[in-house]
Amino acid sequence: MNQMTPNPGKKVYLNQGSETNHTSYTLSEITEAQPCCLPEPHIQVRDLSVSYGEHQVLETVSLDIYKGCITALIGPSGCGKTSFLSSLNRLTDMMPTAQVQGSIRFDGEEILAVKTDTLNLRRRIGMIFQKPNPFPLSIRRNLYLPLKENGIRNRKQLAQKTEKVLREVGLWDEVKDRLDSPALALSGGQQQRLCIARALVLEPEVLLMDEPCSALDAIASAKVEELISSLAGRYTVVIVTHNLAQAKRVANYAGFFWMVEKVGKLIEFGQCDSLFETPESELTAAFVSGVCG
Amino acid sequence: MFRGNIDRLVEPPLRLAGFVCAAILLLILLFLIKEAAPVLTGGGWRLFFADSGWYPMEGLFGILPMLVASLVVMLGAIMIAAPIGLGCAIFLQYYAPPVLAKAFRLLLSLLAGMPSVVLGLWGLTVLVPIIGSWQPPGTSLLAATIVLALMVIPTMALASASALSSVPGSLMNGAAALGLTLRARICYIAITSAGAGIRSAALLSMARAIGETMVVLMVAGNVVQYPSGLFEPVRVLTANIALEMAYATDLHRASLFASGLLLTLIVLALAWLAARSNESSKQYG
Amino acid sequence: MADRLFSSAVWLSAALVAAALLWIVGDLARLGLSHISLEFIFSAPENAGRSGGIGPILVSTLLIIGVTLAVALPLGLMVAVWLAEFTRRGNRLSNQIRLALDVMAGIPSIVFGLFGNAFFSIYLGMGFSILSGGLTLAVMILPVFIRTCEIGLTAVDNSWRQGAEALGMTRTSAVWHILLPAAAPAISAGLILGIGRATAETAALIFTSGYVDRMPESLLDSGRALAVHIYDLSMNVTGGDPAAHASALVLIALIILFNLLAQGFSDRWLYRRLAT
Repeated sequence: MNQMTPNPGKKVYLNQGSETNHTSYTLSEITEAQPCCLPEPHIQVRDLSVSYGEHQVLETVSLDIYKGCITALIGPSGCGKTSFLSSLNRLTDMMPTAQVQGSIRFDGEEILAVKTDTLNLRRRIGMIFQKPNPFPLSIRRNLYLPLKENGIRNRKQLAQKTEKVLREVGLWDEVKDRLDSPALALSGGQQQRLCIARALVLEPEVLLMDEPCSALDAIASAKVEELISSLAGRYTVVIVTHNLAQAKRVANYAGFFWMVEKVGKLIEFGQCDSLFETPESELTAAFVSGVCG
Repeated sequence: MFRGNIDRLVEPPLRLAGFVCAAILLLILLFLIKEAAPVLTGGGWRLFFADSGWYPMEGLFGILPMLVASLVVMLGAIMIAAPIGLGCAIFLQYYAPPVLAKAFRLLLSLLAGMPSVVLGLWGLTVLVPIIGSWQPPGTSLLAATIVLALMVIPTMALASASALSSVPGSLMNGAAALGLTLRARICYIAITSAGAGIRSAALLSMARAIGETMVVLMVAGNVVQYPSGLFEPVRVLTANIALEMAYATDLHRASLFASGLLLTLIVLALAWLAARSNESSKQYG
Repeated sequence: MADRLFSSAVWLSAALVAAALLWIVGDLARLGLSHISLEFIFSAPENAGRSGGIGPILVSTLLIIGVTLAVALPLGLMVAVWLAEFTRRGNRLSNQIRLALDVMAGIPSIVFGLFGNAFFSIYLGMGFSILSGGLTLAVMILPVFIRTCEIGLTAVDNSWRQGAEALGMTRTSAVWHILLPAAAPAISAGLILGIGRATAETAALIFTSGYVDRMPESLLDSGRALAVHIYDLSMNVTGGDPAAHASALVLIALIILFNLLAQGFSDRWLYRRLAT
């Protein structure tokens, strides 16, 4: 557990045996500017490669995700951002042909190990999907179900936790009188906030968001974005987005993915402002200024 | 806090259930073969085809007349059911206004759900007397063919309709843009490109027809002979099993099981051809 | 000219089928309706079924269907859930089981009767009994029921599966709380198909559950199913036709009733599970 004591300021390398000839974006390289939040790596990704059958979608990605920060992943579609995200909570297990190689350490523990308790892992790392996916149940049962799965059966506790998360996502006043009506009757934006509430109700440490606003209209999107901003500090958030302005607004750190010879790669990673204002790579510069992608 | 993963407890019984189902198939084949063994081994197998006829009391088990009758009845039924069923499918897909199409679909599923013993009863009490008043005795190859055709028309129609519905709309629109009439579009474009699916529908209908017992048992007359005319009574393999199983013993019983085995092989071959035809329709569709 | 001819042929074939169904149903009603009464439904058959009713036969029929469902429903659902949710697509073992089911679905019903007679009645010593007949029918309807349920489960929106997975829910509880209720329409369709086939089946029952038309006293008694009764009346009993037609009407009514029940069951289950 303690073999990976986070040590800000120093290069944190996890040698996976092979000599790596690519840049690894760990804290040491991006400390020129003042850190925006607790500069403590929460998830450390090293040499992560993902392929589906013969088709490789992501190659040797290494980066640190910092505790309490919002990390945005940007880049064109199809460059492996979603695969990266799904590797973090082992949702790649659901895809029969997916193969994940490399190392991901969460609080120092290897996520990709075979013996990892994925159920427990996923309760600690919540995930929000592109298309809101509330269960076809009532609003209340959407929140009770994960709680009951987690062993909480006390009615009072269930009700309290439900109210707390619904207030947190700003949905309480909108739905408190119709908790027993179907969740699918809610609007798209409300559904997505309910999904965030459903993830938060398990009190996770990390939230993964896969383009959470792309299926919503502008107003609903703004509300969800506001909600995401408010999560900073309390949760570690990794958000995949196509919307550069959104990444700029909400994120502390940003990573830029690009396809190199049909394989997704991490081109640049750094503090959000510097990635957008003074990108190191020309590719990043071109992408953030809208020239390509 | 310990949270055992309940999936590990739940999965083994489910898998066991899967194995039980697969085992049942093996059990069916095993028992058919076991019961038929006396005929299959020791040369009796050849008598099966070579015997001059089916005289179980004298130890003669030539099933060829009944096999031929089964095939003839099946072919007759599909010759009636295929054009009418295809007509119904075209009606559903291209001619009927939506409300009528819905009603007609319901009608077809009603006919499909009609118990075969009820169809047989109707054939026996209504159709057979009509045929009989013209060409006695009435219970005949013709009666069996007609009622069997009625029974498989829904299968033919619904399966063909689903094949037709998967013809790309762009193809039909393109043909319409060339000024082809609806008939030409259906005959030259739709039926051609849904050909494999329609063939599969016909094969499935044939499989149902040859496997059917009650309808044929009730209206075909059940005389063991090579079919020689439309109005002659015949006995098919399925009906023979139903008629004689109750009192058959020894070699007689074994030969009934053997004919069941033969029947199963024929039906499976037809179903396999149907599935293969459907597969190829997906490749090109 | 050819166009007119073609469209007339199409309309004609549809009209022909509609007319045939009306003819059949009309004849059954004409010949059977006058024979139906409450007494017919509840009393025992007399004089080989020419007079009297079908009371014990209805009871036998319901018992046979009961045995069939008690076996096929849980077993079928278990296999469907296993195939759809607990095995990966392309898994060799599950593909082989699917193949076995497809082969089984093609076997003619009379052959199921042969198997039931050899295995349940003789090998397992159940004799001609309701149990033997019900089990034979269960084996007969299993493949179609399983495949219908499996297809229904596979068709359920994958995002719910992902959502449940991402919340750290067990597969079991995702199936129980979300996927099965969402697949309820397909399950009920499979159930209707299965019950319909089982109720209408005659050939597989003649030498498994037998002919005896007395009131059954246990599942090990022989019991005559309604479909077998119709067959027997029309083929072996001269003067049995009115009773046969009346029984046919009852059989059709029974199938429609089962359809409605299965529909209602799935609707209520769906509603109760999903809405609250």
